[in-house]
Amino acid sequence: MAHQESVASDVDDSGRVSLMNDPKARGLVFQVLLIIAVIYLVYSGVTNAIDNLARAGIASGFGFFGERAGFDIGQSLIPYTNDSTYLRAFFVGLLNTMVVGLIGVFFATIIGFIIGLARLSKNYLVQKFATVYVEMLRNIPLLLQLLFWYKAVLSILPSPRQVGLEPGAEVVFSLNNRGLYMPRIVPEAGSSLILYALLIAIVAWIFIGRWAKKRQMATGQQFPVFFTGLGLIIVLPLLAYLVTGMPLSLEYSSLQGFNMVDGWVIQPEFMALLLGLALYTAAFIAEIVRAGILAVSHGQSEAAYALGIRPNLTSRLVIVPQAMRVIIPPLTSQYLNLIKNSSLAVAIGYPDLVSIFGGTVLNQTGQAVEVISITMLVYLTLSLLTSAFMNWFNSSVALVER
Amino acid sequence: METLPTSIRYVRTEESPTMAPPVATGGVTGWLKVNLFATPRDTVLTILTLLLLLWMVPPIIDWAFISAVWTGDGREDCIGPGTGACWAFVEAKFGQFIYGRYPIEERWRVDLSGLLLILGLVPIAIPSVPYKRENALYLLVVFPVLAFILLTGQFGLEPVETPLWGGLLVTLVVAIVGIVVSFPLGILLALGRRSEMPIVRMFSVIFIEFWRGVPLITVLFMSSVMLPLFLPDGVTFDKLLRALIGVALFSSAYMAEVIRGGLQAIPKGQYEAANAMALTFWQGTRLVIMPQALKLVIPGIVNTFIGLFKDTSLVLIIGLFDLLGIVQQNMNDPNWISPATPATGFVFAAFVFFIFCFGMSRYSAYMERRLDTGHKR
Repeated sequence: MAHQESVASDVDDSGRVSLMNDPKARGLVFQVLLIIAVIYLVYSGVTNAIDNLARAGIASGFGFFGERAGFDIGQSLIPYTNDSTYLRAFFVGLLNTMVVGLIGVFFATIIGFIIGLARLSKNYLVQKFATVYVEMLRNIPLLLQLLFWYKAVLSILPSPRQVGLEPGAEVVFSLNNRGLYMPRIVPEAGSSLILYALLIAIVAWIFIGRWAKKRQMATGQQFPVFFTGLGLIIVLPLLAYLVTGMPLSLEYSSLQGFNMVDGWVIQPEFMALLLGLALYTAAFIAEIVRAGILAVSHGQSEAAYALGIRPNLTSRLVIVPQAMRVIIPPLTSQYLNLIKNSSLAVAIGYPDLVSIFGGTVLNQTGQAVEVISITMLVYLTLSLLTSAFMNWFNSSVALVER
Repeated sequence: METLPTSIRYVRTEESPTMAPPVATGGVTGWLKVNLFATPRDTVLTILTLLLLLWMVPPIIDWAFISAVWTGDGREDCIGPGTGACWAFVEAKFGQFIYGRYPIEERWRVDLSGLLLILGLVPIAIPSVPYKRENALYLLVVFPVLAFILLTGQFGLEPVETPLWGGLLVTLVVAIVGIVVSFPLGILLALGRRSEMPIVRMFSVIFIEFWRGVPLITVLFMSSVMLPLFLPDGVTFDKLLRALIGVALFSSAYMAEVIRGGLQAIPKGQYEAANAMALTFWQGTRLVIMPQALKLVIPGIVNTFIGLFKDTSLVLIIGLFDLLGIVQQNMNDPNWISPATPATGFVFAAFVFFIFCFGMSRYSAYMERRLDTGHKR
């Protein structure tokens, strides 16, 4: 802020303001002082850290990444044994964080939009139900909800034997205290063709969409893009499956002794984390959606009705596109929150980045500075990437003004 | 008016047939028709929601009230098949949930601090009570000092070490210290981010974006594991203080963004007017800008506080026993272990958190409405 005080007395003979009262000079001095203070803080912190580390006999540096980790991880997307390196353990944690983040964002968005629309429903019961949902989940700490799902719901489920599973029998679907068990799809030779068929279907969907838009712009005729695309995505892989001679088989899980083996299992830690994150974030997203739809002025829907557009089309073509502009920026910060909140996995033992890296690796190596800085940097990068993507998405739906 | 010829005059000789009464919009049936069964889709939705409620509500009521155990002195009372909530557990451990392991004969000090807090909080929350400035001063300066003396035990009071603190006490201490420290820091950071000095602005932006980009858990890990390394040898902080530093830095970044929102909402003319009156930057900020900006963002500040209050539960991960931490610790008490204990404990903790957060969010909504009318042009 530029300012002058009692100008007369500060002006010297040559007509210039004295340095004391020159905002530019004062600003310069102030900034130099700030830099000196920050440099001093960093310097003393670093020297103290070096002293303390030398005294504790901890060699700093990132050499520990190459060492053998020596601990097991319950859930891993990439091959991992306790002989793997710390670096591999780091990637296991990072991937687990990203998996729970992505799936969590997916479910939170769907539930959030449904609850948000329900809050605006004219149906009294539906609206009240949604309100109670939002107020309940928003006002209870997420950590408490996670612990509740994990310790009070999923952990006290009956064991596989109590559920009534016979040892050795194939299990189609079973929820017990070991997790949710389902058959696993095992690809056999030739099954990659199905994947290609799926990819082709998706690409075709995109192209049909573009062509249909162009045609509608030129002729005004509409084309059922959604159902055609859906049909392609179902029919093409199915055809490929039949043509290649059904190269997929199901692997069922079964009870062997006290343990469940084979099959596809969703562990209780993952379920609890996903349930907690998705339901909690959905409550916030619901409020954002509601606010976004309320922000579209009433005149818009009235204008659409006046043009004879039916209610369903009105909301799809008039209300939602305008509401999205209001919804997306706060939605972004909810996605970021969800990703950051996934670090609470450490409390229920899901092997995410914080739990593997900031927990086990830190305890084993004692490299506090390196481990915690890396963990923080990873989250910072994830946050920046997500907001960059959402900014791009936001600018693509933003209002193009003349 | 001239009379028309009789031939084209039309006089009705009998009553017109009665029409059917309009569809009732009042009364019970009318309300049902409008709100629950307006369209076929509505009817389906209503029936589905009713089924969902029927599926959910009776078991919850049964669990919480009908088959709940209200009195008892151990796990034997709660372990039977078909028993619901074990409220006897909460009853037995209630003192711990509130005070942690704070010595029983010293608990009056916690009560007194709570009373001092309420004495400051109630008048500042009611808009019509005067002396807001003095009141805020009391809450931000006098009360923290008094509470510090009372809780830690200075001036001849029996000292109580912080590892003995726990329960709701720790939750409130962390939340209140977080807000009291983050408020001035947040104002400074918000001013710094809008400053015209590039280096000040850069530092503020980096500080704010860094803390907002990382999860609180890693911040707490940092302050509990990494911070001691950066201190000179011999200087040690206790665990609670380290957590408080982490929480304060974290929440000041969020507070700064809220306050920046308020600063941006002040019209440029206000700044120019302050300059035209020959006020210095700090005078202008203190007397003209801040009073308006802060008033605008009261709802935002309350919302930040709600978030902070919920986030205090994370301190249990670094080994402090806040409300949630102590509930969780007591669940593992061999005397009370039963299948019903975890759910009971969590529901109790959730209820306490809900009361605080819901109360605050209602207050924030009330202030929003109040401020809204004042600023409509």
